Amino acid sequence: MSELSSLDNDQPLLVAEGLAKNYGRLAACRDVSFALYPGEVLAIVGESGSGKSTLLQLLSAQLAPSAGHVAYRMRDGVLRDLAELGEAERRFLFRTDWGFVHQDPAQGLRMGVSAGANVGERLMAVGWNHYGRIRDTASTWLERVEIDVGRIDDAPKTYSGGMRQRLQIARNLVTEPRLVFMDEPTGGLDVSVQARLLDLMRNLVSELGLAAIVVTHDLAVARLLSHRVMVMKGGRVIETGLTDQVLDDPREPYTQLLVSSILPP
Amino acid sequence: MTAMIELANAEKTFTMHLQGGVELPVVRGVSFHADPGECVVLSGPSGAGKSSILKMIFGNYRCDSGRIGIRHHGKVVDLATAEPRQVLSIRRSTIGYVSQFLRAVPRVATIDVVAEPLIVNGVAREEARERAGGLLRRLNIPERLWTLPPSTFSGGEQQRVNIARGFISDLPILLLDEPTASLDAANRAVVVELIAEKKTKGVAMVAIVHDDEIRHLIADRIVDVTSFAAAA
Amino acid sequence: MNAPTYNFAYLDEQTKRMIRRAILKAIAIPGYQVPFASREMPMPYGWGTGGVQVTAAILGPDDVLKVIDQGSDDTTNAISIRKFFGKTAGVATTTSTTDATVIQTRHRIPEASLHAGQVLVYQVPIPEPLRFLEPRETETRRMHALAEYGLMHVKLYEDIARFGHIATAYAYPVKVNARYVMDPSPTPKFDNPKMDNCAALQLFGAGREKRIYAIPPYTTVVSLDFEDHPFTRYRFNAPCALCGADDSYLDEIVTDDKGGRMFVCSDTDFCEQRQAAGHHGTESAAPHKEKAHV
Repeated sequence: MSELSSLDNDQPLLVAEGLAKNYGRLAACRDVSFALYPGEVLAIVGESGSGKSTLLQLLSAQLAPSAGHVAYRMRDGVLRDLAELGEAERRFLFRTDWGFVHQDPAQGLRMGVSAGANVGERLMAVGWNHYGRIRDTASTWLERVEIDVGRIDDAPKTYSGGMRQRLQIARNLVTEPRLVFMDEPTGGLDVSVQARLLDLMRNLVSELGLAAIVVTHDLAVARLLSHRVMVMKGGRVIETGLTDQVLDDPREPYTQLLVSSILPP
Repeated sequence: MTAMIELANAEKTFTMHLQGGVELPVVRGVSFHADPGECVVLSGPSGAGKSSILKMIFGNYRCDSGRIGIRHHGKVVDLATAEPRQVLSIRRSTIGYVSQFLRAVPRVATIDVVAEPLIVNGVAREEARERAGGLLRRLNIPERLWTLPPSTFSGGEQQRVNIARGFISDLPILLLDEPTASLDAANRAVVVELIAEKKTKGVAMVAIVHDDEIRHLIADRIVDVTSFAAAA
Repeated sequence: MNAPTYNFAYLDEQTKRMIRRAILKAIAIPGYQVPFASREMPMPYGWGTGGVQVTAAILGPDDVLKVIDQGSDDTTNAISIRKFFGKTAGVATTTSTTDATVIQTRHRIPEASLHAGQVLVYQVPIPEPLRFLEPRETETRRMHALAEYGLMHVKLYEDIARFGHIATAYAYPVKVNARYVMDPSPTPKFDNPKMDNCAALQLFGAGREKRIYAIPPYTTVVSLDFEDHPFTRYRFNAPCALCGADDSYLDEIVTDDKGGRMFVCSDTDFCEQRQAAGHHGTESAAPHKEKAHV
């Protein structure tokens, strides 16, 4: 179980209230409410089509909800409705206080640009203007995600899948965000590569006191990374609680089915 | 109340939806307490619900009714109704749990697995590792193994790593689920020593031990779980 | 001399008004790329169709036109555009930077400093400085709108990482009036400082990409750089072989097949003025006067 350095902080970082998203008659997401606290890792689990990716997009303001709202506590301590932020503010938030780790690293990286510039881009976007310092910071981050610093000038298109994913994480964390969204961060990777990535993410999350919302269909990922879990089915949250509680003592029929479908290790 | 743990009429039932909604009562009317410096041993035959009670006190199993009072930061929190955040806070600074099996992250070195609970509570990495090393030595884990991940160890070694991880912290409550199950006599004696040390530090403990000899050595009080058994 | 079938300066008056409106907007928002309804011109794309349309829209009967291509008044492109306006507008043409009221240019800014009342019209192939890193037009527009220019520094970072210094030698990005990042067209970065606080109006026309942008007179134009890798001008370290100038932008001319070469001013007018004033270089024994235009 990871560290919860800001656990006793009782101001929520992100609050979702009655979130819903309809596509015509299809309700992709219905009446989701929860609060996420600083340093807390929340896993959203469920099968494909359960609405977990839609929810992630709603929470990260990439999609406008049909009903409900999401509020986020900005660095100045004020809780603000994301829908009321201007686009400039929202994009600024996205490059500084938030991270977004895509399942496919090609979506989150500039594949033709060097690893150093990939990591440095967010710094340059917030006005860093000293090449040496940008490069030093990028090197430090490559080390932290266990990428050989000798590869700093290589473009991620020359990297393996696991390295790309670790580079994507470094690129997101370089501005020390307080909240990171992850969409199936270990999907599509070999099992051995997954284990290494999970271990790395777990350490970074605990060292940096990050809050994270992780969408995954893999309950092992949820168990390893998250404090809390929300089980989704048909666009609804059907069960929520402490991760080990939900996984060891599932209540809902669907959760019991999910848990019982895991092959024993 | 000065007790560290106080259970009153705690009840647990599993509903097996995949078996047509069969209700599986586990325990009911669980009531006992544990004071600081006291080791309460749960007794009863297998299947009587001893482990389930321990898991309920840890918040791992949900409590359907009744109350599980835990003294946390000087105040009593009812774990049966606590928010997930409160449960996590309680686990971080109040309750430690030594399970039968080690559930460790792949790739992490043994010494770090053991030191982690201290680091999480803000102890400097070096100091935490030093104390971890001390415990591993007492539990006869050879130093050459410390940098390896425990997943490659034998069952007995893994359990000792687990015990070290459980005993390293300064938490006021410890839950022990068969801590000596697969240990040899020498290591069992070490565990008994460790438990005695915890008592002098005022730690409240609830334990499950099948070994009669060990039970006599550590128990201040024995709670017979049979009376709580809810099996119809 | 006017071909009777064409309107003054080739374009019809409605089109000129449309272009002038775009130009006015561009002047009002320095560095911002204004879309315009670029017309087919009687020349191929890449030959200055954007610049020609801007020139046609602002040209009056009293203007004196100079056209340069890579600094030179006597290349095919320069001559044909000069003749085009000579024929369709009947305006006076010149090679003198100082005498001209409108100067259309491809890839250079004249060495002689420009004065108030002059207009410099640039021919622009690709107006979007962010294009090579961000292919989506919707995204680059948004980035301009929100002044998100981190990406521009990514390009410079890549230069330093790869070559040890900012190797971008032309089309070097600038920030105009502390707001919009702008591509100065493929002028050598040597010319960048001339854009800053310039007395003349600078207009940029991209015909194929259908964009017009502008730098009004006396506007601040800053070349992007890093604190530890500041912007530098670049020129060959040699005096001009014809006029001896050591502060002008030079072209390298290969003189034989044995590796012989010489460096001469790329701005022919500047070079000739200096030679006429008595300056000499190593190769200037025979004055260079065989030009044949208008």
